[in-house]
Amino acid sequence: MAMTMAEKILAKASAKKSIEAGEIVMANINVAMTHDLTGPLSVESFKKIGVKKVWDPEKIVVIFDHQVPADSIEAAQNHIIMREFVKKQGINNFYDVNEGVCHQVLPEKGHILPGEVVVGTDSHTCTHGALGAFATGIGSTDMAMVFATGKLWFKVPETIKFQIEGSLNDYVSAKDVILNIIGKIGADGATYKACEFSGETTKEMSISERMVLCNMAIEMGGKTGLVEPDDKTIKYLEGCSNKKYEIMKTDDDAKSLQTMQIDVSNLEPQIACPNHVDNVKSISEVEGINVDQVFLGSCTNGRLEDLRTAAQIIKGQHIAKNVRMLVIPASREIYTKAMDEGLLKIFVDSGALICNPCCGPCLGGHVGLLGAGEVSLSTSNRNFKGRQGSPDAEVYLSSAAVAAASAIKGSLMDPRDNK
Amino acid sequence: MEKKIKGKVWKFGDDIDTDIIIPGRYLVLTDEKELAEHVMEGLGSEFSRNVQKGDIILAGKNFGCGSSREHAPIAIKGAGISAVVAESFARIFYRNAINVGLTLLESKNISKKVSQGDEIKINIERGVLTDLNTGEEFEVKNLPEFMLDILNKGGLIPYLNEKLEKD
Ligand code: SF4
Repeated sequence: MAMTMAEKILAKASAKKSIEAGEIVMANINVAMTHDLTGPLSVESFKKIGVKKVWDPEKIVVIFDHQVPADSIEAAQNHIIMREFVKKQGINNFYDVNEGVCHQVLPEKGHILPGEVVVGTDSHTCTHGALGAFATGIGSTDMAMVFATGKLWFKVPETIKFQIEGSLNDYVSAKDVILNIIGKIGADGATYKACEFSGETTKEMSISERMVLCNMAIEMGGKTGLVEPDDKTIKYLEGCSNKKYEIMKTDDDAKSLQTMQIDVSNLEPQIACPNHVDNVKSISEVEGINVDQVFLGSCTNGRLEDLRTAAQIIKGQHIAKNVRMLVIPASREIYTKAMDEGLLKIFVDSGALICNPCCGPCLGGHVGLLGAGEVSLSTSNRNFKGRQGSPDAEVYLSSAAVAAASAIKGSLMDPRDNK
Repeated sequence: MEKKIKGKVWKFGDDIDTDIIIPGRYLVLTDEKELAEHVMEGLGSEFSRNVQKGDIILAGKNFGCGSSREHAPIAIKGAGISAVVAESFARIFYRNAINVGLTLLESKNISKKVSQGDEIKINIERGVLTDLNTGEEFEVKNLPEFMLDILNKGGLIPYLNEKLEKD
């Protein structure tokens, strides 16, 4: 039977020959990730089930990234709970405060493979679909069930295939493409659906850029983001894993498949305006709005390519007087490479601050919070009211290029004008 | 789970995200009562101060979008809310709410027709919501059986406890 990639992966995971969208299946989980913020609740729920040992410690990954290093006694206490859990359960895949953001570190360390089912107690777990896995965010109680049984129920989703065509203008990137799509279909436009990204433009994109697309599938309600694995995927995986995997692809005649054509050839840089991710405008409509803080980082755009693009724009210039800029590489590996390439020096010389790899101000729980009336331009994925601190602050979302140009100017700026 | 619910309505709009329901800085908390003190604080603190046990949240579309934090349904439940009725729910919130034993019901176009402060009653088995101030009746979509089963047991943990004992 013709099936989508999502259906094929879930069929394999639930040991069935074929499944159809709408069916509820019990799937075996390949990777279960939890972090410092949602981990303690998962552990608490797991204890309540009354099972002593987790189903398979090798399939669990625990990482600290949201509040690292601990910024309060409560956060430190949560870290202790998780360290004890890891020790007691014999979990070897444990990354303490020094490694970076979960959705960068997991693929980097070879935990993500095509054709597998990945769950995480973090809504942006969908990022990992960029390597052809079925990856989705779950809550802490669901995770407790996974810890205890290695299984979780899923309603098999229908798939929307975004057929992206056209070559991108200079300084227009995956972030602009995904913001444009979300602006078009809305914050609930893909609710419960698997969002598969395809077409020439997607094929041209690097793995990092594909991660940007999949990362934001949740911002339109998607259950997961997916990109069909190709030579680039295989090459990426060679660098981080020697495990075997199976590549699955969507059949064109799959029943639950809906296709949407997207032409990006004339796309301008895109901005999500406060306080909704689907409130998307072209840069020309919002240019000149003053910003107090620029945040370059997060699991969306804190990767090496983003730092390179931003550094290229900033090099030799100073950020505006009215602006503070935070640069947060998404992982230790990226931090090291950025250091070796001299990117960090460019940022520091320009007046920016470099923080340790972590989520930073993205969720308003740790460093770099905003006060009332302040405006932030952020390369992260959410601009909900209060997301980065005060409910009376405003957050705009953009690509790394727009963030860099705007930091120099002190207001929202088209990077193509930074000559 | 109660089959019949009656309570006063607190109205919210579309796309109420989990950062509004419980802002990121409170995620260090895990206790239901402590979380409840900050519920809906993203919109100001009036709600958490005035909400009464048994009240009902009524919202537009895409309720609970955003972060996977289970703290969100826990905070709502901790505040004594007996059910959330919305035009649609975001996926992860939906699962989490059922898992922690918070009743969710879907009803089309409801948010335009019921007013803040109205008394409503819901008969879950019959799938009917009645606005006691206007007398108007609305259809509510029943939950899939699998989820009703979890809710009836009081959430995923008690459900699993029972299942694992049987196996
Ligand atoms: S960077 Fe932001 S969106 Fe990504 S995992 Fe951290 S808090 Fe979540």
